[in-house]
Amino acid sequence: MIAELGLAALWLAAALAALQLVAGAFAQRDGTTELAGLARPAAIIQGVLAAFSFLMLLILFAQTDLSVKLVAMNSHSAKPMIFKLSGAFGNHEGSMLLWITVMALAGALIAAAERRLPERTMMATLAAQAFVGLGFYAFLLFSSNPFERLPQPAMEGMGLNPLLQDIGLVFHPPTLYVGYVGLSVAFSFAVGALLTRQVTPDFARAMRPWVLGAWIFLTLGITAGSYWAYYELGWGGWWFWDPVENASLMPWLAATALLHSASVLAARDALRAWTIMLGVVAFSMSMVGTFLVRSGILTSVHAFAVDPERGTFILVLLSIYIGGALLLFALRAGTVSEGERFSVTSREAALVFNNVMLSAILGIVLLGTLYPLLTEAFDVRVSVGPPYFNPVGAIFVVPMLMVMAVGPLLRWRQDNIVRIRLPMLIAGGAALAVLLLVTVTTNIGILPLLGLALSAGLGIASFMPLRGRKLRLLPLATWGMVIAHFGIAVALFGMASESAFSEETLAAVEVGDQAEIGPWQVVLSEVRPTAGPNWTALEGRLLVSYKGGTSKEIDPQSRNFWAPPQETTESALVTRWNGQLYAVIGREAGDGRWQLRLWWKPFVTMIWYGGILIALGGVLALIGRLFADLKRRAVKLRGAERRGLSVRNVEPRDAGA
Amino acid sequence: MMHLRGLMLALLALCVAVPVAAQDSLPPAPYAYNQLSDPQQEAAAQALMQTLRCLKCQSQSIADSDAPMAGDMRHQVRTRISMGEDPEAIRAWLIDRYGDYVSYAPTISETTWPLFAVPLLLILVALIVLWRRIRRRA
Repeated sequence: MIAELGLAALWLAAALAALQLVAGAFAQRDGTTELAGLARPAAIIQGVLAAFSFLMLLILFAQTDLSVKLVAMNSHSAKPMIFKLSGAFGNHEGSMLLWITVMALAGALIAAAERRLPERTMMATLAAQAFVGLGFYAFLLFSSNPFERLPQPAMEGMGLNPLLQDIGLVFHPPTLYVGYVGLSVAFSFAVGALLTRQVTPDFARAMRPWVLGAWIFLTLGITAGSYWAYYELGWGGWWFWDPVENASLMPWLAATALLHSASVLAARDALRAWTIMLGVVAFSMSMVGTFLVRSGILTSVHAFAVDPERGTFILVLLSIYIGGALLLFALRAGTVSEGERFSVTSREAALVFNNVMLSAILGIVLLGTLYPLLTEAFDVRVSVGPPYFNPVGAIFVVPMLMVMAVGPLLRWRQDNIVRIRLPMLIAGGAALAVLLLVTVTTNIGILPLLGLALSAGLGIASFMPLRGRKLRLLPLATWGMVIAHFGIAVALFGMASESAFSEETLAAVEVGDQAEIGPWQVVLSEVRPTAGPNWTALEGRLLVSYKGGTSKEIDPQSRNFWAPPQETTESALVTRWNGQLYAVIGREAGDGRWQLRLWWKPFVTMIWYGGILIALGGVLALIGRLFADLKRRAVKLRGAERRGLSVRNVEPRDAGA
Repeated sequence: MMHLRGLMLALLALCVAVPVAAQDSLPPAPYAYNQLSDPQQEAAAQALMQTLRCLKCQSQSIADSDAPMAGDMRHQVRTRISMGEDPEAIRAWLIDRYGDYVSYAPTISETTWPLFAVPLLLILVALIVLWRRIRRRA
């Protein structure tokens, strides 16, 4: 019954998406007809129905209803409740339902809340959103029905991949999906504005909170995913340029560029076509990412679907949406003028430079990710990994970081570089000092060296925009920028330090023996059996002490899951302010000695603290923008009342943010 | 579909962790889980192992994998490094045996030249875009 309710709600939601598309499209032809009035309510009800459908799936998983195929294939009665629930989207069908739910909810939210755009653009936007949604509804209903029943209920479920039974993976997919799908709103806005040719600062202001919101979630999703891979997979790496990781990085790169470009459009009415283009590209990258992960074209931990039919389906959707949007762009971009002008030394110019750099980095990641798939189609197998991405990416990352340090100090439109020579000298001097110091004292690779120097320069430069300003009067959005830029410096420092100074020891030790790693002493004091709800494990008891200080106990495990049967390693970590000790216990060598794998990773945690800071900066900017918008709206309302006009007829017109 | 999924899980089990059912009867090669005593040689071996692909796994380097084959390859790398062989020579030897697929560091060849041509093109395009904007705006 619950499954049927869910399926019915899904069909109804799809029908409403069709209605929304038709209503929005008709509004284009003959203004506000009766039908056009239906677009907003349709979007809102569609959101409610999709959410209801997803709720039904959650209930099915909570109850472990084994007559439903998806539950039987991915769940198990002995799993802890939280992993039963996360199992609902830890598979292909469920995650696609989550995708469409988030998308429908986002559509409902713009329909309910967005009043800044001209009504025609708004209708075009809702129609575009519905058009994209319909494709994914069709995909779900025709080739990935999550509510399919089994002819015979299963006796027991097949269980969820133990690697995915982790608290990080409860939050990672929804976070990332909100980010991916939030960009669909930017896409729809861009298409809507192209259709009605109204690319204005107001359009950028309407779009910006969505891009910011999606970008915050993407940042958090990537950060969490990276930390999950680091501690759960048990090999101490935090980024491997795996196609699945790249699939989440590419929309982030595009969204970062879009965010900055939209800010220029909102404040200065420049970069119109560029912003539209990035709006299209950002969501296209989300779809490309979904295609890579969902089609089974890469077979890795994330790629659950091994069904070519689905891959083809997504590929067709992808070409319709991306191809269609790019075609529209090609046809209309010429009629959208570039907007206000600016000089070479101006904040706009710095932002344009970094937008081009971000796009180039995106190009490299896309190439490196897709190229092996391309050659595989011709039966040539190549691998593209860190030795390619790191140096080639650095060609663009290094100049970008330099300009990023200077850009926020420049004035809009026109500035003189001499005016900001002092902050430039300080930041540049700090970078040079670190460069020299590290070169003299250590012997590390060129990339980590550059990373350390740039992080020092950027870290100082990121606070420079605060110089000479009244901090209490500073807009929240500016604080957001400062913190996000500082976060980049912090993360960069973590990455460089991890790659330059990590130490690793492999040791075979008997119980009672000692091993050393960097400044740590590690004693294996005991190996004992232990058990959890759906696993048994051998647990090593390690007494670790930093530079001979008081010792601390950590317990890495080697776990045996029985549904499905699989062995995993649970790493144990000791976090200090200056780094992390990372311990993994392996198997017994046969002579009573146990295999220990130990790492000391100085300042590795800065990578994720940096990620959190970046997201925090985004949150501050979002709050600042929303409050400013509310204030602006209230002022407009009062002004309109005074003139005795209805609010609808007032064209918003106000100077930059 | 069912058996394919099963196969995948089995493959995952093989790579991500030690297989439960099929315990390897042979003990791992001596240098699979033991480091070289010379820290400099070990560092060179590590650096090389990070850039070699575990052929039985999905997106894992041999440094990160518990698959028996990755262990054997680590043993090969460490032994050859300890005999003073050049890391790039070892890579070439492995590529010779297993194909380009084994190395995460693509080298310029008939099949991989676009990987290096496109970035150059990107630099060019970026310069042109910037140049045009600067000239138009200035």
